[in-house]
Amino acid sequence: MRQRLRRMIRKEFIQTLRDPRARTMLFLPPLIQLLIYGFAVNLDVDSARIAWMDQDRTPQSRELLSEFEGSGRFVIAATPNSEPEMQELLDRGKVDGVVRVLPGFARDVQRGRTAGVQVLLDGTNSNTASIVSAYSGQAIQRYASQVMTQRQRVKLVAAAEPLHPAVPQVDTRTRVWFNPDLRSRNYFVPGVVVNIIMLVTLSLTAMAIVREKEIGTMEQLMVTPIRPLELILGKTLPFVAIGFWDMILVVTASLVIFRVPFAGNFGLLCFAAFLFILTTLGAGLYISTISRTQQQANMSTFLLFQPFMMLSGFTFPIRNMPEIVQWFTYLNPMRYFMEIVRGIFLRGSGIDTLWPDLLALGGLGVIVLWMSVRRFHKQLE
Amino acid sequence: MSLRRTRAIARKEFLHILRDARSLIAAIAQPVLMLLLFGYALSLDVDRIPTVIYDLDRTTVSDSLIKDFRGSRYFEIIGEVRGYSPIEKDMDSRRALLGVVIPSDYSKNLSAGKTAQVQLLVDGSDSNTASIAKGYAEGLIQTYAERQRQQAQIQRTGSALGAPVEAQVRVWYNTNLVSRDYIVPGLIAVILMIIAGMLTSLTIAREWENGTMEQLLSTPVRPMEMALGKLSAYFVLGLVDMLISLVVGLGVFHVPMKGNWLLLFTASGVFLFGALAWGLFISAANRTQLAAYQLSTLTSFLPAFLLSGFIYSLGNMPYVIQFLALFVPARYFIDMVKGIFLKGVGLELLWFDFLLLVAYGVGIFYFATRKLRQKVA
Repeated sequence: MRQRLRRMIRKEFIQTLRDPRARTMLFLPPLIQLLIYGFAVNLDVDSARIAWMDQDRTPQSRELLSEFEGSGRFVIAATPNSEPEMQELLDRGKVDGVVRVLPGFARDVQRGRTAGVQVLLDGTNSNTASIVSAYSGQAIQRYASQVMTQRQRVKLVAAAEPLHPAVPQVDTRTRVWFNPDLRSRNYFVPGVVVNIIMLVTLSLTAMAIVREKEIGTMEQLMVTPIRPLELILGKTLPFVAIGFWDMILVVTASLVIFRVPFAGNFGLLCFAAFLFILTTLGAGLYISTISRTQQQANMSTFLLFQPFMMLSGFTFPIRNMPEIVQWFTYLNPMRYFMEIVRGIFLRGSGIDTLWPDLLALGGLGVIVLWMSVRRFHKQLE
Repeated sequence: MSLRRTRAIARKEFLHILRDARSLIAAIAQPVLMLLLFGYALSLDVDRIPTVIYDLDRTTVSDSLIKDFRGSRYFEIIGEVRGYSPIEKDMDSRRALLGVVIPSDYSKNLSAGKTAQVQLLVDGSDSNTASIAKGYAEGLIQTYAERQRQQAQIQRTGSALGAPVEAQVRVWYNTNLVSRDYIVPGLIAVILMIIAGMLTSLTIAREWENGTMEQLLSTPVRPMEMALGKLSAYFVLGLVDMLISLVVGLGVFHVPMKGNWLLLFTASGVFLFGALAWGLFISAANRTQLAAYQLSTLTSFLPAFLLSGFIYSLGNMPYVIQFLALFVPARYFIDMVKGIFLKGVGLELLWFDFLLLVAYGVGIFYFATRKLRQKVA
């Protein structure tokens, strides 16, 4: 049994690594994926492009402008002079929003009336819009409180009260844990590791087996004295190795290239990855039993991968999903692995907080693998 | 070039598609599934942020701040705790995203007219949710502080000064800021790219791998005819997918459609043609289906999903990536689709995107047939 298994594994390795193109295909795609995902997946709005439409042109309106510029969150990309010009900037998507200071702004500020500043936002991307809205609200608020303090000082001096007015104020001190700079890369890159392991192991396993069926070499394998279990092990073990190799590659690259912090334990990460690969191999094996051609196999892979990735909390928080869908995500192995990987990278979590996820992942792995092996076995006989 | 031979190839490819019921079902189920997922389940809109409160002050003044938090739809108070360690535990186990700590001298400072402090603790691991949550919380406290200030002033001087400057925020195009409304139109592009790339990338590699290419070569069919024939079969399938996306998007999710239908269809057709031609090119360049499949996910699905401005805005990416994104056709198509759907703009603004799509389609088709000719010869 040992000998047959060894031969089978050797054959499998030779088959996957023989052709130089296939060799690069095993290692290059994960790296490219990491780079693209790592650089592209980013929901931060570092600097919003806004248009500044000043219809007042007074020292006061320029002060407001310097408040916007000084915040470091805005780039003034245009200064339109008319409505149609502004409309076109928004229509073309050249700016995320327009700040419009209406005529009479300085007069209102000086006379102690409430002066309005219009902020027109391009809501096409609702996420960006709500962030830009918060930024501009803050800038205007800062300007307002400056004016307020001045005004009060004037008023209180007139009323012959002490110069330092007793005005109740509330000051917020915000402290951000785990990811103090709020860099979304730190959150997304560990998630990419999960995606890549899933995609690589799932699709390779499924296609490698179906390929033998499609070109007819499965029959040849079956007339050899190899037993079904050995065949299964021989077909899947190489992909465990490849999955691990890809994980190490991607984790190293993400630490080196993206400088993502790694707060936790690498051994624990490997253990969790092993549990996760059990599930993906099981799923790959299952797809191979229901597909006759490689096209069918990869259509099924994709059909499976899509919802699993979307419902894993990778980009879209599980908290935001409808309750029924949230229940469904408990059946999603990627959800647990995502939680574990992010926990290990960002929070340095250990077994004490991650054990429920590890347990669920292991349980799912055993069940899926057992079901697929049984089905595969039956098909071989 | 003969129309009859092209038709024959198209017919053969059609039969292939129709006979393989499972792939056909997958090709139709894929868009429906993605639409349902994105339409119903996935959202970036942040509300009901799970919040814990640690109130050391415990007076009616601090209570009124807590009431503001309770009343806001953006926060959900999951508990009031005593001490920092329960907050830490709730954040570690991801039960809470936000902790609000009100210090013991809070009401004393406020009534003395001094500056009172409120501490916010935010779980920053999901930075997007965190920064939006932080913005909401700071905004809420700001409004609260403004109210306190006015009350104090009324007590002291009998009248309150109004706020000197006020932001009037107006949102255009997607007035209610629903993330679904910008995701669903872009999804059409992603779906077309996936289907086109996945189906056509295997079509020629399969003939090589199964040895049927030799049979095809012995017929009088020319590379150009083969390419057009294969393309037209998948073009029909792609159009079906597009119709499904439109019907579901408009009928089920009520995504607003402000622009011109004809332009939408023409642009989709041109984009689909380009995407299919790209699949064909990959297929002609690779002899095994596995390689063709991997290359097509890498060059069609990933860029369409990530480098197109579909969810992640291009402006935030490093310049190298922004440069790469210039070569992603889905990006121009998504630009057009969002413009047509949400802004209702027409060809007068979108002509350049459209022109690029046409050029891309024609160019790639030319390269695909050339590659095919090389391989065949």
